[in-house]
Amino acid sequence: MRKLFRIYLEKPELAGIALLVLLTVIFELRSDGIFLSAENLRGMLGLLPEVGLVSIGVTVLMICGEFDLSVGSMFALMPVSVALMTDRGIPFIPAMLLGLTIAAAVGLVNGFITLTFNIPSFITTLGMLFIVRSLTVVVTGGFPPLLSGDLPIGIFTQYVGPGGMIRASFIWFVVVAVVAGAMLGGSNFGNWIRATGGLLDAAAAMGVPVWRVKMTCFVMCSVLAGFGGTIQVFRLGAPLPSIGDGLELQAVAAAVIGGTALTGGVGTVLGAVVGALLIRVIDNGLVLSQVDANWFKCAVGGLTIFAVVANSWLRWTARRIKVEG
Amino acid sequence: MGAPLISVRNLHKWYSSVHALKGVSLNVFPGEVCGLVGDNGAGKSTLIKILSGVHQPDRGEIRISDRPVKITSPKAAMKLGIETIYQDNSVVPTMSIARNMFLGREPLHFAIAGLGLIDHQRMRDEAMQAIADVDLRVRSPDALLSELSGGQRQGVAIARAMHFKSRVLILDEPTNHLSVKETTKVLAFVRSLPAQRVTGILISHNLHHVFESCDRIVAMARGEIVFDKPIGETNVDEVSEAL
Ligand SMILES: Nc1ncnc2c1ncn2[C@@H]1O[C@H](COP(=O)(O)OP(=O)(O)O)[C@@H](O)[C@H]1O
Ligand SMILES: [Mg+2]
Repeated sequence: MRKLFRIYLEKPELAGIALLVLLTVIFELRSDGIFLSAENLRGMLGLLPEVGLVSIGVTVLMICGEFDLSVGSMFALMPVSVALMTDRGIPFIPAMLLGLTIAAAVGLVNGFITLTFNIPSFITTLGMLFIVRSLTVVVTGGFPPLLSGDLPIGIFTQYVGPGGMIRASFIWFVVVAVVAGAMLGGSNFGNWIRATGGLLDAAAAMGVPVWRVKMTCFVMCSVLAGFGGTIQVFRLGAPLPSIGDGLELQAVAAAVIGGTALTGGVGTVLGAVVGALLIRVIDNGLVLSQVDANWFKCAVGGLTIFAVVANSWLRWTARRIKVEG
Repeated sequence: MGAPLISVRNLHKWYSSVHALKGVSLNVFPGEVCGLVGDNGAGKSTLIKILSGVHQPDRGEIRISDRPVKITSPKAAMKLGIETIYQDNSVVPTMSIARNMFLGREPLHFAIAGLGLIDHQRMRDEAMQAIADVDLRVRSPDALLSELSGGQRQGVAIARAMHFKSRVLILDEPTNHLSVKETTKVLAFVRSLPAQRVTGILISHNLHHVFESCDRIVAMARGEIVFDKPIGETNVDEVSEAL
């Protein structure tokens, strides 16, 4: 028993993985084998990168001790900006780079205001949620721009791999996840992120540049949100200014389901991916099981509360039985 | 006693309107353990946070080995050989022993502009070695600090300071929240510093601890130094009187 708790403390994403396996088995049985069919997996993995990228950014930011509620709005602003720019004749790559720069700028503002005025990022980014959404609607002038047909969006949307099983976006997602995972788990910068969120004063006293660490995480989070939204718009082919509405909460849900602590310092990129995948699995599994789709939010909400309660209970118990002994 | 290793002259520090240090002057000599005592709010932590680069003084001068220095950051203090064990926040509870030991000084496989991949094997091995060097026993370098007892946590902080070959080790109330047994162990360690050629500054509000493990006793009150004598020339009553 002690050993289990010990493993849990060192690998907080394990509970999420166990749940993922459990739900997969349940849905596979209830859907008479459709759930794990190639066709269904193809659809599910095609959607995963979009919320998955946002979840990775939000998770890393939460580990360093901050929140970003503006990701859902950023999810719309970047693709809308890219569409507007290409519409005005700016080539694809410069338009993408400018779009990423806009996302980075929003992240910088989030971080700068939060850290300079020492206010909770929850509030800063709540404000930014409204500001960015409003800007997105204003710049489109009420008419969503058209996505011109000759853009090379195939680098994100086309099906690749054996039997066209996966979309290119999935590869982008895997690359981002691997790089982010190596950064968080394997690099000295990742060590600083955990320390900054774990105990800010201790990190600062050991010479960790906590200000720069947090700013970098804010920027990373915003950029990943913009990127995720852009991939979704390329898949759908329509830059609607309303996409990503409510996504911030899905991303936070994915983070905590994957074992990220709301208090900072604890979490993994794998956990973020598992959390995002769990949300996709629930969405898809409910549809296949012919449950009313409106139960989806209820299920994700319930799971989020359950994950937070379970995680804090597990941590509390692990500490009480003193796994070190 | 020879020339002081650390010499602080007329140090002032304000926290907005609070005048926390009012012209503090202090010499710490090489190879001694200097005990710093005083009531809560006397300014002890402020003084050592200036020496360890966490805060900057508003006025005054710091000399190390008779050279004027500006300790602008914790990194700068570490470069000067000053390691500090802080009152309540020297380690990050959510991180492993190995990650804590090398926080900010991780051994890297390679580095580009100071960033790179951690050599985990080396970090874990050296962490275990450093822990063993201070006679501490832990299960694994991957154990989280939150799993450890208060004494073990303090042991990790001490092991870290010793591993990086400090010239000066500052301990800010290291025995707070420790059991009697753990306290004894930490005090014995402090007493052994001169033998390891490390100069020590021990902050405590327990006069008996200071008399047990220090060579000199310095007392602070309301931001000023009010007492400074070798242990042999004074006693608990006299110091209590001064406070
Ligand atoms: N970060 C800070 N901001 C504002 N005031 C502070 C801060 N740190 C300490 N003080 C004040 O400075 C004075 C000295 O505190 P401190 O150096 O912590 O004393 P000690 O360690 O001797 O208990 C106290 O009045 C304390 O309230
Ligand atoms: Mg203090």
